[in-house]
Amino acid sequence: MEDLMVIINLLALVYLGWFVDWTLKQNKSKIWLFSGLALIMLAILSTLPNYGPTYSYIMMSGILMYLILTVSWTLFSGPTGYISLAPAAFFGVGIYTSAILGKDFPVLVVVIFGGLLSVVLAAIVGALTLRLKGIYFIVFTFGLVLLISSVLLWYEIRFTGTRGRFITTANNDLIYYVMLGITVLMFITSYFLKRSKYGLALQSIGQNEEAAAHMGINVTAVKIAVFSISAIFMGMAGAIMAMKWIYLDPYSAFDPFRSFLPVLMAIFGGMKQFYGPVLGAVILAFLEEKLLTEFPYYYKLSFGIVLILVIIYLPDGLVGLGQKVRAWFSRGKIALT
Amino acid sequence: MHLLEGEGVSIHFGGLAAVSDVSFYIDQGEVLGLIGPNGAGKTTLFNLISSCYVPRPGILKFKGKNITGMSPYKICRLGIARTFQTVKIFANMPVIDNVRIGSLFGNTRSPASAEANQQSIELLEFVGLSRVMNTPARDLTLANQKRLEVARALATKPELLMLDELMAGLNPTEVAQAMDLVRQIRDKGITIIMIEHVMKAIMSVCGRIIVLHHGQKIAEGTPQEIANSKTVIEVYLGE
Amino acid sequence: MERFLDVAIAGLLLGGLYALIAMGMSLQYGVARVFNIAHGEFIMLGAMTTWTLYTVFNISPLVAVVICGPLAFVLGFIIHRTMFRKLQSLSANQGVFESNSMLASFGLMFVIQNIAFLAWGPEIRTYNYLMETVSIGGALFGARRLVTLGFAIAIGVIFYIFLARTRIGKAIRAAGQDPSTAGLMGVNINWVLALCFGLGAAMAGIAGVLISMSYPDSANMGQEYLTVAIIVVVLGGLGSIPGSFIGGFLLGIIGSIVSFYEPGLNMAAYYAIFVILLLVRPRGIMGR
Repeated sequence: MEDLMVIINLLALVYLGWFVDWTLKQNKSKIWLFSGLALIMLAILSTLPNYGPTYSYIMMSGILMYLILTVSWTLFSGPTGYISLAPAAFFGVGIYTSAILGKDFPVLVVVIFGGLLSVVLAAIVGALTLRLKGIYFIVFTFGLVLLISSVLLWYEIRFTGTRGRFITTANNDLIYYVMLGITVLMFITSYFLKRSKYGLALQSIGQNEEAAAHMGINVTAVKIAVFSISAIFMGMAGAIMAMKWIYLDPYSAFDPFRSFLPVLMAIFGGMKQFYGPVLGAVILAFLEEKLLTEFPYYYKLSFGIVLILVIIYLPDGLVGLGQKVRAWFSRGKIALT
Repeated sequence: MHLLEGEGVSIHFGGLAAVSDVSFYIDQGEVLGLIGPNGAGKTTLFNLISSCYVPRPGILKFKGKNITGMSPYKICRLGIARTFQTVKIFANMPVIDNVRIGSLFGNTRSPASAEANQQSIELLEFVGLSRVMNTPARDLTLANQKRLEVARALATKPELLMLDELMAGLNPTEVAQAMDLVRQIRDKGITIIMIEHVMKAIMSVCGRIIVLHHGQKIAEGTPQEIANSKTVIEVYLGE
Repeated sequence: MERFLDVAIAGLLLGGLYALIAMGMSLQYGVARVFNIAHGEFIMLGAMTTWTLYTVFNISPLVAVVICGPLAFVLGFIIHRTMFRKLQSLSANQGVFESNSMLASFGLMFVIQNIAFLAWGPEIRTYNYLMETVSIGGALFGARRLVTLGFAIAIGVIFYIFLARTRIGKAIRAAGQDPSTAGLMGVNINWVLALCFGLGAAMAGIAGVLISMSYPDSANMGQEYLTVAIIVVVLGGLGSIPGSFIGGFLLGIIGSIVSFYEPGLNMAAYYAIFVILLLVRPRGIMGR
């Protein structure tokens, strides 16, 4: 029963993702129907703590965390093809902001600060790594996460004599509301970015960076800007998620798996459409919440197998599979008539 | 004042002088041909003008203004557009979006989205691609991909257009069409500098030709002068 | 002065291990163009298999080298012939293949690691073997570590001779430089790529055997060694095998020096070197 409630809310999220794709289309019909549905979905999501048991929105917060990491990762890496393994760094910066400022400032201030500090880090990283392409960029961002966590760990042990620190926690419903707020903000930002000419520029950079530069696009500036924007949401998510935990240390705050999972979730869902990564994150994060604690090894094992199969056979992920199936059926229809 | 002017432009890769001490100019409204055997440094010279590389030493001036070492995107916005020897289209994007990019970003005066759309459609009509507007660019034939590159470059509203082997790999009919296209662009008042191996094309379209060999300028003149030049004939037949 | 010697020898011992770990990964990336995130799992397989062979069947770890090496080779060879070969045929170009194969190797990491968890459980395993110490210049070192160093150097040298002198070695080098030309020269390129991937896996397996002699092992150990391998591979220059060999020793010595002055900072120092190197000289010390 509780799971059913969560699943309904997840479907609402996927609908909202699809709705973003739909609003980007040129010729729209049934505008009132689809917009009305979107409002209903938003209402379902934002009232969950009123009708759902605590367990349901704690679980939703965990899923939203992955959703935010995945969608904001795709915002930059999807069109450009630059595979960033830095999400854990931005998320971790948010966590630490929360740990340091949490006891003195209101939640919203902490969250916004977490986002801003991540932007600063992202802008620096972006400016430094512009020359790096392909595998070099990937390993750099990977190394960055590990560098930050090991320096922090050393600093804590050496200078504060402790390892890790305690965090001021927040109520579960507040965490959920903030997570949802970040998600909605991220959807809206993605919509405007995709609609603007910079969305087009980002795509062209992914297709051929040299040609993009010769078409008058300030490639450097566009890349840094979007990379930084994507980091805002990761940092904010880290800042609020930290308030769920009581204690953290650098290794748990900068866990590299938070860099890997968004990439895998985005690929699983498919990156051609906006709702692809939403779908991928929602399904895998839900399965993770349900199966990880009970059958960790079987879950991760099948996760690995599915991932390999998706990369080989479904380069456009689940969304691509859906399109293929639909194309196959419509071809069947034509053959019948 | 020349439209574009290069003074002693040079660049070395390792020990190799890819372009060495080349001085040249292009005037408003001209069609300048750039020829020479493979590896003569023609494309490298294009890359220097569009600022892929910075000449060392050498100075490039556009309308009297020093543009040496400027970023490629600024060069484009100043009014120098180019196509590529090996096509560099945005393969997975629809044809129209390829052109819209040029229109939206290629000029200091950035048009509104609807205006950019309109301009792109007109340009696609101009190069004869309006029927495949919504096809992904990767699905076009080579000849059409080259036209797309021309349309995309024109969308940036250039004063100077650099065409790098527009006709390589095209069949005779397509070459004739491409020559027509070049003349039409010239008639719009856009200055052209083109690299070409198809001699018939370059002789009939260009007003003036520069010959490069081993990175050096070895001859310059009207098509007649070049066709009769002893040095040029030696370079082409001697190898 | 004696201390200096201590630090230097400790660095060499550590470096030999690092070199061994990294050379296999370097070969896999340099020739087969697979940046193998599952590399650490092959190390883990070697270590855990050795533990089982020794504690259950009483087979010496030195014998395990001859068992685990070939086994890892066969495993790697088959994985390349199936998974990566398929991926290569579906990738539009080399760049696409590089990112896809790296992501697929993530999947492989999950698969191998969790099969190992199911087989061996999460416990940390240790065994005692070759516990004698050897005195070098007054300082005492475990004989096991010297054996590791010996193997690392021997494998490095053998491998170098193999690449430089044999016909297959030349084919590998040709394939590493330019796959298309190598194909034209009558080299069966797919076979060579699978061979390299298998050899890389074998080196990881052997490294695992040697690691298990001196360090505790668990199904979870792969990531730690993967990280070291990545750092050394970047330090030596992506895809350069001699670079990885030298880079391994260099990093070992640096680690030993840093630990001497500031224990606990050595991992941070590795990452700092790694990050700074990528910014200043992404080609690494021996990169092309």
